Formats: sequence, structure tokens, C-alpha cells
Amino acid sequence: MIKILLRYTNLLVLTLLVVVIFSFALAYLFPGEPYTNLTGVIDEQAAAAHQNLSVTSAFWQYLGNIFAGDWGLSLMTGQSLADEIAITLPATLELSLYALAFALLVGLPIGFWAGLKPHKGIDYSVLGASAVMHSFPVFWLAMLLVLIFSLQFGWLPMSGRLNLLMDVPNVSGFIFVDIFLADNIDRSQAAWDAVKHLALPTFCVSIITMATIIRAVRRSTLEVMHKPFIIAAQSRGLSNAQIFFKHGFRNALLPILPILAMQVTTIITNVMIVESIFSWPGIGNWLLQAIYQQDYPAIRAGMLAVAGAVIVVTILIELFNRIIDPSREKFEDVTF
Amino acid sequence: MINGLRFFAFVVVSATISACSPVSNSDIKVNGLVFCSESNPSSFNPQLDTSGTTADASAHQIYDRLLDFDTESGNIVPGLADSWLVSGDGLVYTFQLKRRVAFHTTPYFTPTRTFNADDVLFSINRWRQVEHPYHKVSGGFYPYFQSLDLADNIVAVKRINGYRVEIHLAQPDSSFLANLATDFAVVLSAEYGQQLIEQGTPSAIDNRPIGTGPYKFVEYRPNHFIRFERHDDYWRGKVNQAQLVFDITPRSALRLAKLITGECDISVFPAQSELDVIRDNRDLELLEKPGLNVGFWAFNTQKPPFDNPDVRRALAMAIDKNTLLDTVYFDSARRATSLLPPSSWAHQSNADDINYNPVQARRLLQASGIEPGFEMTLWAMPVQRAYNPNAMKMARLMQSYLKDVGVEATIVSYDWTTFRNNLQQGLHDSVLIGWSADNVDPDNFYRPLLTCSAIPTGTNRAMWCNPAYDELIEQALLVNDTERRKQIYAQANRMLYEQMPLMPIAHAFRFQAQRNNVNNLTINTYGGVRLGGVVKQYD
Repeated sequence: MIKILLRYTNLLVLTLLVVVIFSFALAYLFPGEPYTNLTGVIDEQAAAAHQNLSVTSAFWQYLGNIFAGDWGLSLMTGQSLADEIAITLPATLELSLYALAFALLVGLPIGFWAGLKPHKGIDYSVLGASAVMHSFPVFWLAMLLVLIFSLQFGWLPMSGRLNLLMDVPNVSGFIFVDIFLADNIDRSQAAWDAVKHLALPTFCVSIITMATIIRAVRRSTLEVMHKPFIIAAQSRGLSNAQIFFKHGFRNALLPILPILAMQVTTIITNVMIVESIFSWPGIGNWLLQAIYQQDYPAIRAGMLAVAGAVIVVTILIELFNRIIDPSREKFEDVTF
Repeated sequence: MINGLRFFAFVVVSATISACSPVSNSDIKVNGLVFCSESNPSSFNPQLDTSGTTADASAHQIYDRLLDFDTESGNIVPGLADSWLVSGDGLVYTFQLKRRVAFHTTPYFTPTRTFNADDVLFSINRWRQVEHPYHKVSGGFYPYFQSLDLADNIVAVKRINGYRVEIHLAQPDSSFLANLATDFAVVLSAEYGQQLIEQGTPSAIDNRPIGTGPYKFVEYRPNHFIRFERHDDYWRGKVNQAQLVFDITPRSALRLAKLITGECDISVFPAQSELDVIRDNRDLELLEKPGLNVGFWAFNTQKPPFDNPDVRRALAMAIDKNTLLDTVYFDSARRATSLLPPSSWAHQSNADDINYNPVQARRLLQASGIEPGFEMTLWAMPVQRAYNPNAMKMARLMQSYLKDVGVEATIVSYDWTTFRNNLQQGLHDSVLIGWSADNVDPDNFYRPLLTCSAIPTGTNRAMWCNPAYDELIEQALLVNDTERRKQIYAQANRMLYEQMPLMPIAHAFRFQAQRNNVNNLTINTYGGVRLGGVVKQYD
């Protein structure tokens, strides 16, 4: 167990280090002074002093600053990038989390259902629907939904995460937590408003992941239900429901986790697209602004934050998967 | 854990309860006004910037001026000054100030006194005196005042008593009162200035502003929103909305969409192509007014070959202005022949106008040594303005016109702040931009746009300096007879026609869209939007 933890920690640290090196290199690849790109400060003397440093010592300095929480300043707004990221990143993670939860909530039951009734009408329609879902361009779907639900019917708002007139102080960055902590507003009204703001973006982001989950769950259910131990259970006279919940469910679920780990990247990418359509105040939207305004320190820091978040989440899911899946133990003992 | 459970239960319950009845957006009865603006303000002090975005966000929301313009007639009306007196020789202006005008009380500042003469002195001296402790704060550029050379003409600003101020001028200036009524002549709090100096954070005066206006500043998040709160002791009376939020939405289509869904109450600069959509929607209302503005194409006259008037005239001849009016302004603009719009009293209806003549243009270019295939940059501003609702589209059209005469134009655009910074450094060959007047006086067009002293302040986009022209503009201010002044401006028009430092394109109407339940809002022809008196009705 400790061995596993150590190995994953090692992996995490090394990957993050590579990302930090890459972000450090960006400062030299971007136009302008590397010093300015790293700190967001325009100061010719400091830039000259920085130029005299060797690249390695400049890197150690940078690494120290990153750990100290000093990510530099934005060239456009002059504000601390760490602060700006602390505001925007949670909004992105929140949307990703809800989208993932929604995809699982809908995708798992439908996948099992289709897998238990293979090659029947239900199965084919689910498969067909998931193929359609999988091929939707996210930005197009988002605009279509805005057109229908916001502009045509006026049921759902189309921008932001909360009505701007509701002044919810930013404490955790997660909107429901912040609403719960706020004391100057009608909380249930604000929570409902937040749900309405979440509905369309969550749906748009979740749809591709949902399709992937449906197909994966269907396939693994199908496989598991043909395994000898299921046939043995059937011959013992257990009911179908008993067989599925006692023997099939957990085994069918196992292959899903690695897929989830891969879906994290897909989801975060989609969130960043959807954010700019729904004016969601997340890091994707923020990064897009930074790119448009050629705010190099912000692009560097934003890339670092997003890549870091993706790596941490992916490795955590991998680790979790590794811990709950004992079948990998034998194989790895041999290779380790 | 209990907390977590409670929280979870609360989310689920509130979601299910509300889900039973369909709720529309308007049901959120939060008392406030959402104003969809187009860009980020550069600060919250209009003294520092001539951009309309900064003026919208601060001039009439946070601050007051000594004088104001009547939004309808353009007449000068009392603001923080109750009354004023001009001496016979036109050199001494005496202002009697209002009493019991409260400054904002915010978490970062609690005023101990009301507005008085010290605040007027503090505000004027900040841009007037280089030795003033705040002059250098936030850059030390006061583009509007510097482009008018106003500081040089003021000899002294004297405090007669707590509520009486005298301003002494070196020369008579027939536009002086009008300048004090512009968005830029805001009154800051001297006491707040003092407090910030003691705290060692003087630049906060422009980012966490204190004024006497109808709304006080709460929070600003760039690219996202600006939040204001009602100023409870506002001297003009009760402000209707508890809150005012600027929703910063650069894309015009998105602003329209938010207006339709009710996420915005007011939206600025609707695109010309969206006007009919707004007119047809029964929840929306379109305000429209002839604007005091001019959109133009300025050449960087300090860069060869644009320092040659013949080249500038040839390029201007290559463009068919009427097509630009049709396709970019959709006929909601008048063709511009000089700087002044027809609504100005000094407008010259028979001014010379350069005509579309590509053959002549090519000949002139050749004669000036410009070979076919000559490359130049055409800068197009990234934001919509009344005077140019779609500079990008206009640039593309002009690109093809220029190609016809053998000139290869590259279109350049940055975000608004970078764009203006680079312009000020003179990095452009030519630029599509314009000017909205800050007061009704014709001097407000001729001086900031083209005089020598307007080059460093960044309002003279042509970087054009011509002493003879400056002389004319000075002369015009010294006479009080309007007919004589008109003649002088006609002379200036003739000179501009010959020199063509910029090609005037259009005087556009101004549009603003709002939801039907917003009342008491008019388009302010003379500067930034005024939201203090707006009433929003809830049904």
C-alpha cells in the first residue's frame, strides 16, 4: 500500500515538475522580457538583473515563487495571478464536477439497462442515441440550447453563475457553499437561481462524457454477464436482479474508472469552451481573455493552473482505481 | 458533518420546492439595475482618461461636477455649484457651492465633513499643478485638460470661504464653463486624499473611488462586473435602486441576448444590424438621438510617406464614403465633411468634401512616388462606438478600396487598452477611430483632435502639428461673436481639406437599448451615461 502511494506521489511530483518547467520555458518563448513574463512587473533594472542570472538559478527562483504562492501579476489588470486563479479555477472545477456527476447519474443506469438487454430495441436505441450525443459539437449544442431555452422561451438565464444583483461574497469559490455561507440574501432564492444558471452549461459539458460512459458501461455489463461465475449463479437459480446486484454490478463498474480518469481531460476542455459561451467566470473564459489581450504572465500561470489541476485529479482517480481494483496487484508485483 | 448534511438537505429541498412551479427570470426580485457595458474602465477617475467606457463607469455614477449639461438642450445647469458669476473681462469665475453634500461612506472611508471649497481646490489642482501631491499619482496624465492646455490658462484657484471659490484665467476662454461641466471635471474628496497619503496608498484614490454621486463603489472584477451600491444621502434625492451592476460584455450580440432574457436592463451600443430586432421586440425599447460625434480615418502624419499631404489626399480619394455609410452605419449616420456634426451651431454646411476618385488617387500616389504594392497598416478599434459601430468591417471594406489603387493594407487590432497605448506611441500608419464630444463647444472638436499639444495626450491620432492651424483655433476662442467664430472655423475646415491629416467619415446617431420597465433614462449626448435618476419598475 505504501509502495503504491509512494509511486503515485513520485509520478505526481515528476509530472508537475515537467509542467512547471514548460511554463517556465514559455516565459522565454513569449515575446518580451522573460522577467516581465514571469512576474508581470515591468522594471528594466530588475529585468537586467534577471538576465544576468543563469537559467537554472532563474528556474529555482521561479519554483520558489510558485511554492510561495507568488505567481506574478497580470499585465492587464495588475492584480495577483494567484488571487485571480483562486477565484476562477473553483468555478471551472465546480462546473466539471457537476457535469461529471450528471453524466454518471444518467449514464450509469442507462448503460446497465442497455447492457442487460443486449441486441434488443432498447439497446439499439440507447446505442444510437449515445452515438448522436457523442458527435455533438459542444459549442454548437450550447448555442442551440441558449437559442431555445433562453432566447425563445426565456426559461433559463444564459450567462454567469448567479444573477449579478445577488451579492454573494466569494469565500470558497464554489457557488452553493458560498450561498450557504452568505447571510445577506435569500438563500433558497439564490440557490435556485444558481441551479438555473448551472442547468445549461452542465448539460452541454456532460453530454459527451455521458455518451462515453453509457457505451463503456454497456460493454462491460455485457462482458460480465457472460462470465462463467454469472452462468454458475444462474444455474444456482438466482433471480436476474440478485445476480446483477450481487455479482454483476461491481465487476461491471471496474472498467469505468480508468475511463473516468481519461474523461477528466475531456470534461475540462469542454468546460473551457462552454464557459466562454455562457460567460461562466471560470478559468477557461479568463484564459481566453488573457490570450486575446496578450497577457503573457496570465497565459503562463493559467496554463500551469489548468495543467496542474488536470494532473492532480487524473492521478487521484488512477490511485483510487488502483486501490480498489485488487486484480492489478499480481500483475504489478511481477513488473515492479 | 451536521453542517454538511444540512447544506445538502437545503440544496435538495430548495431545488425540489422551486421546481414545482415554473419560475421566470423576472421573479428574482432583487432591487437593482444591471447595465451591460462594452469594456473595462481603465480606472474610476475620468480625469485620467477620455475613453467613454471610463466615463460611463464613473463620471455620473460616482461623482458630481460643479456644473452639468442639460441632457436635452446642452445648456449649462448647476451641479455642485449653486450659482456662478463671470467678471466683465471674462477672467474671473466665482462659484457659490452647495452645502450639506455628503461624500460616500464605505468600508474603506468614512467622511467626517461634507463637501466644501477644499474639495474643489483639491480636484482642480490635481491636474493643474505639477507639484500637487496627487499630480503624479496614476501616471500624471490628464488627457482632456492637457489637450486643451487648460492648466496653463488658469492663473489661480482661490478659496474665498468654505463655500465660495474663485478661478482666475490668464486669457478669456469662451468654452471654460463648458469644460467644467464635462465628464472629466469631477470633484474628488480632499479628505479621502489626505487619508490615503497617511496610509501610503495614494493610487487607491482612482481605484477605490470616493465621490458625491448617486452610487458608491463596491467591487470591480475586470472582464466581469463592477458593483455599485446606492448612496443613501445623495444630495439630489433618493436613488431608486439599491444596487447598480455593470455587466461587462464586450460582444454586442451577447449584450442583446442578455437584454432579451432580462439579464440586463440597459445595453450600450447595439450593433446597427440588431436595431430592428430591438424595435420588433415588445419588451425592449430603443433610444436614439443624433450624436455629437465624428468617426474618421486618421493618418500618422509623423511617419513617411504619410507626412506628405498629397499621399493622404490620394488615400482619402480612394475610399467611397457613401458605401461605408450604407454598409457599416446602415444609414443611421450623416456623411461627414468636416469635424463638426450638423447639430453644432458652428457646422459649415458647404464645407469642401473629398470625393471618391480612384483614378485620380492612383495618379496622385504615383506622382508622390508610391509604387503599386505599397504596404501600410490600417488599425481598427476593437470596441463599438457610436461614431464607428464596426471598425473591423469598415477596415475590410477600405482594404479592398485601397487594393484598387495598388495599396496593400494590413488590418491591425488589439484589445482596447493596448490599442490606445500603442496608438499613443504612434505605432500606427493609419487608424479608424473617432471622437464623441464632451461639450457643445466646437473647440471641443478642433482642439483635442488636431492641435500640437494634443499629441502627447493621445487625442490627436493623426499626430499632426501645424502652427497655422493652432493659431486659428486660439483665435476662435478669443472672439465672442459667433458669426466671426464660424468664419474662423470655416478657414480651419479649408485647411484640413487641403492637408487631410484625417478623413472625416460620418456623424452617427447614438443608440441605446433598454427593457421596457426602465424609466427616466435618456441618451446623454454630452458624455457618459447617467443612471442616478433611473427608475426600474417591478411587475
